[in-house]
Amino acid sequence: MSILVDRSSRVLVQGITGNEGSFHTQQMIEYGTQVVAGVTPGKGGQLFEEKIPIFNTVKEAVAETKANVSIIFVPPVFAPDAIYEAAQAGIKTVVCISEGIPAMDMIKVYDYLKNIGTHLIGPNCPGIISPGKCKVGIMPGFIHNEGTVGIISRSGTLTYEAVDQVTRQGLGQSTCIGIGGDPVIGTRFIDALKLFKEDPETELVVLIGEIGGTAEEEAAAWIKENFNKPVVAFIAGQTAPPGRRMGHAGAIISGGKGTAAEKMKALENAGITVCKSPAEIGKTVAGILK
Amino acid sequence: MNIHEYQAKEILRRYNVAVPRGKVAFTAEEAVAAAEELGGKIVVVKAQIHAGGRGKADGVKIAKSVDEVRELASKMIGMKLVTHQTGPEGKEVRRVLIEEGIDIARELYLGIVLDRAVSKLVFMASTEGGVEIEKIAAEKPEAILKEYVDPKISLQAFQARKIAFGLGLEGDQVKNAVKFIASLYKAFTESDASLAEINPLVVTSDGKVLALDAKMNFDDSALFRHQDILEMRDLNEEDPLEVEASKNHLNYIKLDGNVGCMVNGAGLAMATMDIIKLAGGMPANFLDVGGGANVDTVRNGFKIILSDANVKGILINIFGGIVRCDRVAKGIIEAAKSIKLDVPMVIRLAGTNAEEAAELLQNSGMNFEVAQTLEEAAKKVVGALN
Repeated sequence: MSILVDRSSRVLVQGITGNEGSFHTQQMIEYGTQVVAGVTPGKGGQLFEEKIPIFNTVKEAVAETKANVSIIFVPPVFAPDAIYEAAQAGIKTVVCISEGIPAMDMIKVYDYLKNIGTHLIGPNCPGIISPGKCKVGIMPGFIHNEGTVGIISRSGTLTYEAVDQVTRQGLGQSTCIGIGGDPVIGTRFIDALKLFKEDPETELVVLIGEIGGTAEEEAAAWIKENFNKPVVAFIAGQTAPPGRRMGHAGAIISGGKGTAAEKMKALENAGITVCKSPAEIGKTVAGILK
Repeated sequence: MNIHEYQAKEILRRYNVAVPRGKVAFTAEEAVAAAEELGGKIVVVKAQIHAGGRGKADGVKIAKSVDEVRELASKMIGMKLVTHQTGPEGKEVRRVLIEEGIDIARELYLGIVLDRAVSKLVFMASTEGGVEIEKIAAEKPEAILKEYVDPKISLQAFQARKIAFGLGLEGDQVKNAVKFIASLYKAFTESDASLAEINPLVVTSDGKVLALDAKMNFDDSALFRHQDILEMRDLNEEDPLEVEASKNHLNYIKLDGNVGCMVNGAGLAMATMDIIKLAGGMPANFLDVGGGANVDTVRNGFKIILSDANVKGILINIFGGIVRCDRVAKGIIEAAKSIKLDVPMVIRLAGTNAEEAAELLQNSGMNFEVAQTLEEAAKKVVGALN
């Protein structure tokens, strides 16, 4: 088992002929992901790398190839449209890599998806991987190892760091989800935790948060009441100054809210093991599992 | 992106949100001309900087004559204003807003923000105007009225009435407040704002409702469709190094420490700052070079880090995923050759081809320290400071 994506996932790439889209499609195929279709409006009927059919619309692609997961690489201006198109075509897991979608547009996307049961991961995220089974994202596949640690993170390369540390301990991951660093995202910590709760393969969850917002505090409260697997957490930005946006649109301490200290305290109060140092994530996980 | 109060009021005026009459002035002469144009007996001279707390720090003054306007404006323009939001070094005032005096009966608070916990816009209102909302939220959370906007139906009139009655308004005041609230919402959504704060929102003795102060921030991701707002950017309000970095597509924020760092990815960059502190040092900056990390980005990164005189050591931390570490190493070596590096540097490259990269760095003949783990890198750079 794993969550959201596995060996049965049939992946569709929206924006398959763009620079990013074509590069990462090749990487995903190399990893063993079943990429079954691409969509680029106007290029329907062509083949990607002489084997993957390209369609004009997601609806056609789904009808012809039974694609059930989509990954989006289109520019941010067109990304909301691409998400709506995938959802309307009945795709239940949509991963949006695009960075820079206006928050006002995402508010509407979030509201639309809420009622139709489509999981959106991202935007502005590295995607999702169930090691050894399926990679729907831009993360380096080789640092992962099939195993029992679930990872949820707001960041990209910091997730790779955590994955790498877990792998170096001789352990592996069930599924790793980068939920993205934007203020409005499709899958929040709690949504992913609910899925990990039901996954028998996942024994422990690593939660990587950062400054800004209250998502970690909400996750802490939910974990305390509902989650019985061990959780290890790290919060990036203990040294970040207030009022400054640290790269991600969502990573900002405003009005004294959203500090790392507050989040770490909330997590500790919920019985979660909090690592002060980003170098201790792997060791801490191993200490609990071994 | 941040803008000045007078610019926020210009935007609000376009959407028929009631604001006092006023004009910006860059010199004392312009201030006098603006005051004469307003014609009233009492005008207010307001320093325009991107920080709050101006009133308590002599940045807002009442003038009862044109001579007083001249005196106040010449004193204010060019002065360093220190408020609780500027830091001890303060900010130089380069513009003042000359505004008509308002006969204030009540001071209220009204704001719009995105509530990330529910992904909806929310109005926040309070009868405690002029006080910081964070302070009210901490001390008297029940004094804040919240009204969420459903994205499907947008803001409805009954919601605006709820806020108005909740603030204890009556008669014409309610009608004026409802119009104010609806117009503010339109201004917010149509300009892709990320924050609007009217503090105080004032009720005059004749029942008018208007924005005595206005603060607006905008979503950087949406500025591509708002050229007019983009033109309001005031580079004098930003750190010159950060402006330079953004020209090179680098995400740089200057901090107070002495260990410069260069990292790919925002989360890892923050984690790197954190581990520097845990190792006993202090980060001099946040610098996210993004996914690429080629010769040019590394060179520009070095230039920016080194233009901060406090930097006594540099830590480079790149987790190569799609980008190969050996390529990054070559970029670092080439960039380091083209620039005068007189501080110790520790490099940690992890991920794809990390071993080849370490070998390249060690054989480069350059004075690099190579580290394998995050912890080792932080300890080495802090150890090399003295």
